[in-house]
Amino acid sequence: MQINLIILVALILAAVWTVMTRSLLRAGIGLALVSVLLTIVIFRLNSPLAAVFELSVCAGLISVLFVSTISMAQPLSRKEAIQHMKIRFARYWYLPIIVVLLGVVLLLINVKLDILLPTPEKIKDARLVIWNSRPIDLLGQIIILLTGVFGVVILFKERLKK
Amino acid sequence: MHQLLILLPFLSIIILNLPFKSILRKLAFLFGVSLCLFQIAFVFFPALRFSSAQFELLSSFLKFNLLVDNLTLVMLLCIGIVSFVSLLAAKRLIPEERALFNFTNVLIIALAGLNGIVMVKDIFSLYVFLEITAVASFILIVLHKDIFAFEGAFKYLILSTIATTLLLSSIALFLLVSGSTEYSAISAGLKNSPNSHIMMLAIGLFLSGVFIKAGLMPFHGWVPDTYSSAPAPVSIFLAGIVTKTVGVYTLIRIVTTVTGFTAPIRNVLLFVGAFTIVIGAFAALGQNDFKRMLSYSSISQVGYIVLGLGSGTMLGVAGAAFHLFNHAIFKSLLFVNAASVESATGLRDMNKMSGLSARMPLTGVSSCLASLSTAGVPPLSGFWSKLVIIVALWMSGRRVYALIAVLASVVTLAYFLSMQRRVFFGKLGVEFANIKEQGFALGFAAVLLSLIVIGVGLFFPFVLNSFILPVGNIFGG
Repeated sequence: MQINLIILVALILAAVWTVMTRSLLRAGIGLALVSVLLTIVIFRLNSPLAAVFELSVCAGLISVLFVSTISMAQPLSRKEAIQHMKIRFARYWYLPIIVVLLGVVLLLINVKLDILLPTPEKIKDARLVIWNSRPIDLLGQIIILLTGVFGVVILFKERLKK
Repeated sequence: MHQLLILLPFLSIIILNLPFKSILRKLAFLFGVSLCLFQIAFVFFPALRFSSAQFELLSSFLKFNLLVDNLTLVMLLCIGIVSFVSLLAAKRLIPEERALFNFTNVLIIALAGLNGIVMVKDIFSLYVFLEITAVASFILIVLHKDIFAFEGAFKYLILSTIATTLLLSSIALFLLVSGSTEYSAISAGLKNSPNSHIMMLAIGLFLSGVFIKAGLMPFHGWVPDTYSSAPAPVSIFLAGIVTKTVGVYTLIRIVTTVTGFTAPIRNVLLFVGAFTIVIGAFAALGQNDFKRMLSYSSISQVGYIVLGLGSGTMLGVAGAAFHLFNHAIFKSLLFVNAASVESATGLRDMNKMSGLSARMPLTGVSSCLASLSTAGVPPLSGFWSKLVIIVALWMSGRRVYALIAVLASVVTLAYFLSMQRRVFFGKLGVEFANIKEQGFALGFAAVLLSLIVIGVGLFFPFVLNSFILPVGNIFGG
């Protein structure tokens, strides 16, 4: 339990760093770090397959996409980046305090989990779940990928021409 | 063969992007129109909806778990009509072949997403199709790479992401309690743990997410920017059907099928609905930009749908679905008119226009019809749906809300009459002496939608018994 809490705190810190850092590239790396930490949490919660997906897709594929997109963008100068960071701090300094306060409030309130949990099902084979039980979600994900490809082609192709 | 409504758009996209693009590029528009017309036929001809022997093999291979009831059919019809009209507008307003091809492709993807939303019976599948529609919508909004459109799309993107996060958190909690993500399983799980804090949190998170997606007050900030900055055919599509399906349909479906009408949910819906109606109407009253005014009007009309739903009765649910249909039609018509006016004059500021009816009579008359229908003037379609909602509120003892709905209609009439006076009535401005109607496609779209507005109004008893009252049967089922 304590290890999980430590990982979750590290995860939040990585997420804050991702948002606050002045370099887009570092933000991309921060996001990958968040995914890696999340992978550990998921693995520790006995979902190795979900952990593999998280690691390969979010920490791997998405990071590659981010880094390649960032390399195409024009970076800010050091002076501009520092200015942006200052503005960001001035605007959002209270957010970490709110998060901590919310955590304290949730700890103090005795939340009643007044629920009748269903009996755990026998663990199903993930392959069967994906192909037999949820083909519509699979099709949906293929369509989302197609949409993303279209977005990139439509929005970036003409820019490259120019 | 309900699967076809998701599979055909998907296959169309693949076919349209095969090699020989130069030929396929010319056919893209026809593909899009055919899909929309097939969808409309699908609703009206039950024979198309049932599996024939040829499709049994496909059905056994693709085990899609779909739900098709009267509400689904009403939504499929709305989606078909509005997508068709949006394509017609694009044909006229997007002259370049490549840009029209891109638009058609993304619209077809959005069509698959919308059809998925209205047919799935699983809350996680719902999320998947919500995302398809959202991503396609972002691309559509920035299609012309206009700086204001980027701003609108960015706001939509950020708020939509927040909404998605809320929905996903809620789905996780629903899964925790019910052990499944199917609507029926969640509904059973809720019945087993009716007063749990976790379930209240899950319902609260879900409603907040859906309120953002529907653009209800106070989560409406993205709507005016997005609708007014998007290219005209996209505005028609977004205002006519996207937010109505993504936000409003989802709300109706989840409340009627999953959570049920508990007292807190009814009170939240009634309050948010009434608040949205009033604030949206007064905000519309102060606008000078044609499309921004229509955007605020759209927010206000969504309030009526939510108010009808909040009555918690079969009649209220039926009224909400009826107003959803009517709103899709008359708001699309108004955005078609705005597109014609903007294309002819190059303006959106209503104070700079006058007397356009003299040169654009069809646009003027159809705009007048749509405005009167929105304001609830008999015998047009909007009158009947508002009447059903108000009667439902009255019968459920929510008389104050019924009164608010009636009074807000007066404000609606006021801002639409102000729009008609400034844009279409009066003396024709000298600079508009040479303008004319904007081609067959937009004219045809305006006539088609006007006929629906009049037809639904005149044949209300038939529409009520055949399509509207059966929608109420989903309540509790």
